[in-house]
Amino acid sequence: MNPHDMPSAEQLVEAVREWLERDVMTSTSGRLQFHARVAVNVLAMVERELQVGPTQAAVHRDRLEQLGCADERDLARRIRDGELDDRLPEVRELVWATVKDKLTVANPKYLD
Amino acid sequence: MDELSSALAEVVGAREVVELARLSGGASRETFRFLADGRPLILQRQRGGDIRDMGVEADVVRAAFAAGVPVPELVASSNQPSAVGSAFMVLTAVEGETIARKILRDDEFRTAREVLPAQFGRALAQLHTIDPATVPGLAPQDQVRMYRQLLDTSGEPHPTFELAFRWLEEHQPPPCPPTLVHGDFRLGNVMVGADGLRAVLDWELAHIGDPMEDLGWLCVKAWRFGSPKPVAGVGEYAQLIEAYEEASGLTVDPEVVRWWEVLGTLKWGIMCIGQANAHVSGVARSHELAAIGRRVCENEHDLFLALEERW
Repeated sequence: MNPHDMPSAEQLVEAVREWLERDVMTSTSGRLQFHARVAVNVLAMVERELQVGPTQAAVHRDRLEQLGCADERDLARRIRDGELDDRLPEVRELVWATVKDKLTVANPKYLD
Repeated sequence: MDELSSALAEVVGAREVVELARLSGGASRETFRFLADGRPLILQRQRGGDIRDMGVEADVVRAAFAAGVPVPELVASSNQPSAVGSAFMVLTAVEGETIARKILRDDEFRTAREVLPAQFGRALAQLHTIDPATVPGLAPQDQVRMYRQLLDTSGEPHPTFELAFRWLEEHQPPPCPPTLVHGDFRLGNVMVGADGLRAVLDWELAHIGDPMEDLGWLCVKAWRFGSPKPVAGVGEYAQLIEAYEEASGLTVDPEVVRWWEVLGTLKWGIMCIGQANAHVSGVARSHELAAIGRRVCENEHDLFLALEERW
């Protein structure tokens, strides 16, 4: 439970993103406008992460547990060392699902 | 700029250098354009601190020109500090467009897009005929090992990349005769006119390796810039391979091209980690670089797509 007043972190980021889109993007050009667009994309990404992050974290924990791995680093090491070779199709399925979760936050259009 | 103009006039043996203008400035090198007695030339100069030897690159460009590869002609070069820069090359200016999105979308390049796949195949076949022994200083590269080390140095865990490394090691193509490869052959590094390929540029990553590396890299999804066509966003695999085979007399195994494409996708993903790290470590604070770190999962997704039914 967090003690903060409204607006939420997500709403605050949204407010800054809207300002960038409404005022900054429209009154800049060239490199500055490009960098403003990058900033808009970054803030939109943070908004998505704030929305779905907690659910994704729980799902990710379950996937790691299913493979008997403590964390992402442990999973990477065990793939590298061949310790999961007897269940590679399952490993690939779960890792790809995680990649899709990352894309859902980073760039959902990429999944189309 | 006046000082640079007179230094350039001396270097190229011109009476007069005018219209000197900076085209771009990266972290390691700057590019200028100028007129020497009316002749349009390009200066590329290295900043101090870049560890790459521009002298080797100059030798590669000269060898490529001699082999008939479409490249700018080398007019002058030096890898000794001088009034022109810490190391530099002066090349003939080739007119055209390098920006991938324009080449892929603008009407002006409609004809170019049709002929580029075969032109790329022929240019690659030509540049792979250069005898690596004629360019001292070119080093063989074990790309898998190199990027394995880069990933380890980054300290970031990526299960997808581990799966890809395992696949690459298990499907390693047979060894081939040492060949000079360009190392970064793709839209962005070629000059294109309305009629098609005008010049192959940016030879700083040239090394000794497997010629199929260049074909695979050209097909990496990032270098399609959103286009559905696999070869540089302009063509099909068969167009590139047929043109390459016809010009080289070699037989191309499409699976070996795919192997290099998979490695290329992995390489680009590891490069993205490096760019984000440049921000995080404080080498170059930039939200643009920071955001690139979150593009790594695009490469991971591309790896799964490329390896679907190939595992």
